[in-house]
Amino acid sequence: MQLWERTAADVASLIASKEVSAAEVTESCISRTNEVEGDVLSYLTLTPEAARAKAAEVDSAVAAGDPLGPLAGVPMALKDIICTQGTRTTAASKILDNYIPPYSATVAERLYAAGGTMLGKTNLDEFAMGSSTENSAYQITKNPWDLERVPGGSSGGSASAVAAGQAPFSIGTDTGGSIRQPAALCGVVGLKPTYGLVPRYGLIAFASSLDQAGPITRDVRDAAIVLQVIAGQDPRDSTSLPSPVPDYVGALAKGIDGLRIGVVKEISGEGVDPAVQARFREAVQLLEKLGAKIGEVSLSTFGFGIDIYYLIAPAEASSNLARFDGVRYGLRVDGPDVATMNSLTRAAGFGPEVKRRIMLGTYSLSSGYYDAYYLKAQKARTLIARDFARAYEEFDLLVSPTAPTTAFKLGEKTQDPLTMYLSDICTVPSSLAGAAAISVPAGLSSDDGLPVGIQFMARPMDETTMLSAAYAFEQELGPLPKPPLWSTS
Amino acid sequence: MSTTEAPDLVTTIGLEVHVELKTSTKMFCGCPVGFGGEPNTRVCPVCLGHPGTLPTMNEKAVEYTTKIAMALGCDIAPRSIFHRKNYFYPDMPKNYQISQYDLPVGERGSLEVEVDGEFYTVGITRAHLEEDTGKSIHVGGGGRIHDADYSLEDFNRAGTPLVEIVSEPDITSPAIARAYATELRAILEYLGVSDVRMEEGSMRVDANISVAPPGERGKKVEIKNMNSLRSVYRALEYEERRQREVLRAGGTVTQSTRHWDEKAAKTKELRTKEEAFDYRYFPEPDLVPLEPAVEWLRQLREEQPELPIERAKRYERKLGLTPYDAGVLRSTKALGDLFEEALASAKKADAKQVSNWVTNDLMSVLAAVPEGTKNPPLTGSNLAELVDMVAEGALSKSQGQQVLTKMVETGLGAREIAEESGIKQVSDEGALEEAIDAALAANPDVAERLRSGDNKPFGFLMGEVMKATKGQGNPKVVSGLIRRKLIHPD
Ligand SMILES: [Zn+2]
Repeated sequence: MQLWERTAADVASLIASKEVSAAEVTESCISRTNEVEGDVLSYLTLTPEAARAKAAEVDSAVAAGDPLGPLAGVPMALKDIICTQGTRTTAASKILDNYIPPYSATVAERLYAAGGTMLGKTNLDEFAMGSSTENSAYQITKNPWDLERVPGGSSGGSASAVAAGQAPFSIGTDTGGSIRQPAALCGVVGLKPTYGLVPRYGLIAFASSLDQAGPITRDVRDAAIVLQVIAGQDPRDSTSLPSPVPDYVGALAKGIDGLRIGVVKEISGEGVDPAVQARFREAVQLLEKLGAKIGEVSLSTFGFGIDIYYLIAPAEASSNLARFDGVRYGLRVDGPDVATMNSLTRAAGFGPEVKRRIMLGTYSLSSGYYDAYYLKAQKARTLIARDFARAYEEFDLLVSPTAPTTAFKLGEKTQDPLTMYLSDICTVPSSLAGAAAISVPAGLSSDDGLPVGIQFMARPMDETTMLSAAYAFEQELGPLPKPPLWSTS
Repeated sequence: MSTTEAPDLVTTIGLEVHVELKTSTKMFCGCPVGFGGEPNTRVCPVCLGHPGTLPTMNEKAVEYTTKIAMALGCDIAPRSIFHRKNYFYPDMPKNYQISQYDLPVGERGSLEVEVDGEFYTVGITRAHLEEDTGKSIHVGGGGRIHDADYSLEDFNRAGTPLVEIVSEPDITSPAIARAYATELRAILEYLGVSDVRMEEGSMRVDANISVAPPGERGKKVEIKNMNSLRSVYRALEYEERRQREVLRAGGTVTQSTRHWDEKAAKTKELRTKEEAFDYRYFPEPDLVPLEPAVEWLRQLREEQPELPIERAKRYERKLGLTPYDAGVLRSTKALGDLFEEALASAKKADAKQVSNWVTNDLMSVLAAVPEGTKNPPLTGSNLAELVDMVAEGALSKSQGQQVLTKMVETGLGAREIAEESGIKQVSDEGALEEAIDAALAANPDVAERLRSGDNKPFGFLMGEVMKATKGQGNPKVVSGLIRRKLIHPD
């Protein structure tokens, strides 16, 4: 097995035990990246020199016998919406084409401090708005399972980088499913933490009340390890939660036996591709075999998830994206006066989907429409949270397929935004409720041979139960086949 | 006042006051708060609105706002939240202002003000916390954003905590409006929460004024750019007269925003059409609600300083001062503090005497000192020393005034200045008599006239003696001696 094929946990322990050097690991990932990057186009910016420098630091720490962070020497890829001091951060938008942040996101700082070596910044839908990464202003990222297909989105580059063997783990952000859906479509693990668990400071905001950063990994253990590093309160984010961070890795072995798991009817049947449904049902049987008590639960508000989401998220986005005006940083297109300069800059800098959402959001916040749209959506949002709470009186975890389909063809849904929006039908409810969720590979579709993900949803701040169930499931299911691209090396 | 003034027209004024808080750091980041300085030197990614940055609440700003709301008798919201006010302007880094909307820190307060011995109660609608913007300089063209060649932006001020205090439209005259703004400024100064410098913009007053027959609603005219309390009064007086004239002539007042031009002493129309601007307010998702603990509020109430109006009442009731003197002494906290400190350390002088020195002599000396009444450059014990020296006769009143001027200039003590400059009062009769005799010898006719009952040269003679004693002769003793010698010789 080559070094680039290994998990983060493996790499970290090999380095700590001096079996390999951080430099060797980094070189392996860099050369693997170079080998397949032309096919998958995961990255917007590659930072091999910074990765090598960081690896050298780790190697001297190892040599000196200094204490090592939990990710010492582990290569990683960060979604290009996470600010990295001195390294260009674009949010896949032309409006930030030349933007080099003067500071680093808390998540990035914590990963650096834990010893992570950053290989580069990954592609996404512009400002994380999309479900296929086709809304990037720069390039189309391909699914490592089938280069004719999308990797999902918006964290498509982060998911493809992990699935293609370019990095053992990556960080994505999830607003309505942007970690979980691409993880499912690329056959990897993707975890969206409880809102407030991972600080948002330094994540370029899409929808502030929904955005969360989280790990995309090759297995559940790595997800727990990375979450352990990035979770915890940050004084720079008022919405980050003060609760102590539990021992996620230690909780993995708790298992499933005796857990009450509810299958959410509204997002597991109708609207979900039959082959995906079939694979999901098998996954549920496996959970039952592991000792879970399975039941079905109907959460009627979940049917409104997409509608609510597309009122709230664009509203916040319309305000969050107002700062891109050509005055202080980023693109500027000059005009005869300031207002015209603002307009020309935004017209040239934002892509069509971003403009569409700014329009949607501006509309739903406008006086005369606010009560009917934004306010009503916020009220409906609390109903979803209430539905969740009701379900958790009966169940410890809820499950559903992560996405209604497997990876779709490039260009298949770009002409019809509404169909594209439905890609998030299974993932938006836990986003709206601010709860935790994880997507774990559940095998391949019998239809097209592409990965299917199962989503475990937990109560807010109950990542431990969620991770232990996901881990037990993953262990029982056994390793998935690798994507065809894996063998090109 | 015009004699044709329609008596049946009623003036309605509401004031909106913005106050910059003097917290050490900005509202949502760690940058220092200050005035002036090189452009864009007090900035960071947060207050420049860089992507990914988040606001964190300055607790001191919340405390100050709560104190202001308490001092204005507002109900303190058990839960208040922040909203985003969305509009594009180049000096607003995020193109939205974090402000408060329907759940401000304080609501439903009132302020009592006095004009010519009459008391008026002005309702306070709300006191809320928000962030200030940066400053734009529009270069070229007409100096306005739309026609400038280019605009320069300074973000030093961006993110400074700002409290907005909105009055009810309860104010019925420009004089009451000025009294309200004056009282509000005094309260803010007493609370120590702001520099309240109108000329530097740390206190800004905007007004709405309408004139209409009783029971009717006039067209609201908003007035901006009033940079002193005096201009608040002048602008409103001008605008009241203008609107009355328009109505008297059978015209209608246009709803508009007008700019007070201090030099021209006129308001000028800025925009007529009240663009119903849609700010698309929505709750700020990056901040959590303010939910002040009951214990914290109780503690803040306990710590509230005595307010100016309470202080004045105490001076009148307990010290027997006149309402005028009490009014001067309470006009700034520092002045009242100085008075009380001086009174406490004075050995001879009583409250009335100390008060007279502050309200008359010190006030005229401080008139030449910028911010003098807010920050008088002398201590209470030094003032007491001076007042005692005069009361004891060691200095004459006019010598005392001389010494006071030097005290304010140098910061030195009264005795020290008197000794160094050789200022003392000569009360020794022998020495003074010599001076009188010399003056009489030089002006023989004066002695004649005084003896014959013509009192006119008395002042002249006093002046000659004072000149001869270099102003140090005790005037009381000198005049007594002259009288004894020439007018009523025993
Ligand atoms: Zn700052």
